[in-house]
Amino acid sequence: MASVAAETQVVPPTEVADVDLYHPKSWVTKYVFSQDAKVIAIQYSVTAGAIGLVALVLSWIMRLQLGFPDSFSFIDPTDYYQFITMHGMIMVIYLLTALFLGGFGNYLIPLMVGARDMVFPYVNMLSYWVYLGAVLILVASWFVPGGPTGAGWTLYPPQAILSGTPGADGGILLMLISLALFIVGFTMGGLNYVVTVLQARTRGMTLMRMPLTIWGIFTATVLALLAFPALFVGAVMMTLDSVLGTSFFMPTIVELGEQLEYGGGSPLLFQHLFWFFGHPEVYIVALPAFGIVSDLISVHARRNIFGYRMMVWAIVSIGALSFVVWAHHMYVSGMNPWFGFFFATTTLIIAVPTALKVYNWTLTLWKGNIHLTTPMLFAIAFIITFLNGGITGLFLGNVVVDVPLSDTMFVVAHFHMVMGVAPILVVFGAIYHWYPLMTGRMLDEAMGKFHFWVTFLGAYTIFLPIHYLGFLGVPRRYFEMGETTFIPPSAQTLNAFITVVVLIVGVAQLVFLYNMVVSASKGKPAERNPWGATTLEWQTSEFPPGHGNFGEKLPVVYRWAYAYSVPGFEQDFVPQNQPPQSTPSDTGPEDLAVQPAE
Amino acid sequence: MHVAVLVTLVAVGTVVFHFLSPWWWTPIASNWGYIDDTIIITFWVTGVVFVAVVLFIAYCVFRYRYQPERRAAYEPENTKMEWWLTILTALGVVVMLTPGLFVWNQFVSVPEDAMEFEVLGQQWQWAFRFPGKDGKLGTSDSRNINDDNPFGVNPDDPNGRDDVLIEDSELHLPLDRSIKVLLRSIDVLHDFYVPEFRAKMDMVPGAVTFFWFIPTRTGTFDILCFELCGVGHYMMRGSVVVEEESSFQAWLQDQPTFAQSLADAGTGTENVAILVSSGAKATSADTDSVQ
Repeated sequence: MASVAAETQVVPPTEVADVDLYHPKSWVTKYVFSQDAKVIAIQYSVTAGAIGLVALVLSWIMRLQLGFPDSFSFIDPTDYYQFITMHGMIMVIYLLTALFLGGFGNYLIPLMVGARDMVFPYVNMLSYWVYLGAVLILVASWFVPGGPTGAGWTLYPPQAILSGTPGADGGILLMLISLALFIVGFTMGGLNYVVTVLQARTRGMTLMRMPLTIWGIFTATVLALLAFPALFVGAVMMTLDSVLGTSFFMPTIVELGEQLEYGGGSPLLFQHLFWFFGHPEVYIVALPAFGIVSDLISVHARRNIFGYRMMVWAIVSIGALSFVVWAHHMYVSGMNPWFGFFFATTTLIIAVPTALKVYNWTLTLWKGNIHLTTPMLFAIAFIITFLNGGITGLFLGNVVVDVPLSDTMFVVAHFHMVMGVAPILVVFGAIYHWYPLMTGRMLDEAMGKFHFWVTFLGAYTIFLPIHYLGFLGVPRRYFEMGETTFIPPSAQTLNAFITVVVLIVGVAQLVFLYNMVVSASKGKPAERNPWGATTLEWQTSEFPPGHGNFGEKLPVVYRWAYAYSVPGFEQDFVPQNQPPQSTPSDTGPEDLAVQPAE
Repeated sequence: MHVAVLVTLVAVGTVVFHFLSPWWWTPIASNWGYIDDTIIITFWVTGVVFVAVVLFIAYCVFRYRYQPERRAAYEPENTKMEWWLTILTALGVVVMLTPGLFVWNQFVSVPEDAMEFEVLGQQWQWAFRFPGKDGKLGTSDSRNINDDNPFGVNPDDPNGRDDVLIEDSELHLPLDRSIKVLLRSIDVLHDFYVPEFRAKMDMVPGAVTFFWFIPTRTGTFDILCFELCGVGHYMMRGSVVVEEESSFQAWLQDQPTFAQSLADAGTGTENVAILVSSGAKATSADTDSVQ
């Protein structure tokens, strides 16, 4: 390999120390209106976590109603429908999307690609405050007459803006405005993430040497930039229908005896717009989780991720395919039934690269040297729960099978397992993994193991039986079942049991919160790079990383991110920026085909 | 070690739960057993994969647990193995998709001789309309809806005169006949579903949607709304009685026609139909309306 000194006459701008990097002078510009992606990441994460806790508590109240329908008179149908709507919207958009992209993306992208910060730091800073504004507007819907919308997180018209649905006066408008603002903020952030990955990688960091965490977040961001506009226009059109009486989505309607002024609009148009966004959205949540879990597994198993090239290909093709499957959410919507053939096919096709990823995660464990640390436990639990949730997706994706199962609790169980349980397990694993980097201290292992086992086994116990309620025909979005001819009393007993497990798992999260807060000051001090990881975020000049990330000189990268247990090296890992030895065995697959010139 | 055991228990427990679970699909009362069959095929294909992968994880976690003297293998990729896995997965997908699409093709192909009737959905009650002796439903428009014409049948359409109107939520259907269910909503999205029939379709205001099925056993079954339609969604119930053709015809004769309802309205005697939510004994406040 040519030596670094002989190569460069022209130095690209991103490598010049301190050029364009904003240096904050005051406490406010350091910690409040910070342009440092690491600070912005923490702001996003704390905000997302806080609103996520609200949504979690809402789910407890919903489960109290479902488990013990006659016991809690303070929960009425209006409340219930408001809770399910806010719970769903907050969890999907304001927690998961914000946390993976705004939280993990901001913290890890510059560090892992070897950049000092994002390429548009001022816009990045603004993006957080716009997100916070969106959250506050959403919260405000609790304080307007009529309260928040109870239209379901899918906000289908016509009911979303009619008087039979809670929040039709003010709540729905605040929801739509909040979503529009969220999209503005995430466009600002998204441009940062995409352009930083494309333009600000440090020397030697080719795309095929990037860790899968970055591939996952990057692809998810591209999806977000392309998919969110569909939701945006849908929100604008529904706002106009509600406020100005237009009829984008509103056909002729007789509402409780009264002829309304609407006419000519199509409720299905909204569904197409919503799901054209909505399906990529679930991959916006899933792809960062895929990328992160690949890195967790390889670090803690001391083994290169199996099939890195296929993993990259799978992420990209899943991202691309995610745009042509949306109407599998609409099989029984009344759309042209012939669409069912097309969308069932594309949906089952997308299962192939997804399954590949599951195999490769598992094969990374095979012949590994596995440390059963808390991050590794969460990663293993992810594989299991994602496999389960992905499999139930195959049931629903096969159009005719969806006919009896749609709008039943089977769907609820499916999306919770695949999008709620599995990615959240990755979030936890990632926090245990990167907490030492952010704080210089380790989280308590004993509390971590307790948190893990209760959360994993508890969540699995909660959602597995719910699939079977769906097979029975128990519908979703029902305030209560009342009496039916086909649901046995044991189903109600099951509901009560599930509620109890939900509350137990909920309490276990308090242990995690306590651990995070207390370990920041009292946790065991972490040695630098405690897990022995190869990626650049652990190779910074200061630990935890300081302003500018890498000190005087940016790192130069010589190999892929998965040089673990490489033959010929004493250590069982080789950092990406460690200069090469004379043996040719320390490079990644893309270099294996080429013999070095020297 | 205990991790491997617990992971194994998750796999085993899942399978045991599946076979012991008293919560399974409600006995079918229609011809769509093919959907159930496709579900069984899917369970076999995916069940084998699930158990195999999870048990393999348990094995790896045990066999390859950390030992200081062990070195993990260094094998960036194995293209051959990955291609085999891709092909096998694609095969599994084809095995599930093929029967599924065959059955879907049947689902979207309504038999020529299917008998038609209409379900009218509105917040939060069901009503039904049958074509009369002429075998044709009259055209309708929700702009025609008023107190005297709750179905919005076009009063100028001769086909509509003999349409049979059922305003209580109890539907009767004949056994062993192909039935095309026309679905019409006058306000928001609804969905007409009877779990024993396995077939459903959303009802979209401004359009008429449909599905078809053959009732294959007699009995009384619950109708539920399966698309969120506002705060009364969970109370939008009805019942359907599947009976022999002769009983069904007798019931149909007993029901008022559109022409009769117009006549009643003309003489000033309101045709008062009390809508009863016959399936749900919901414990919260009743929101049924009297029309």
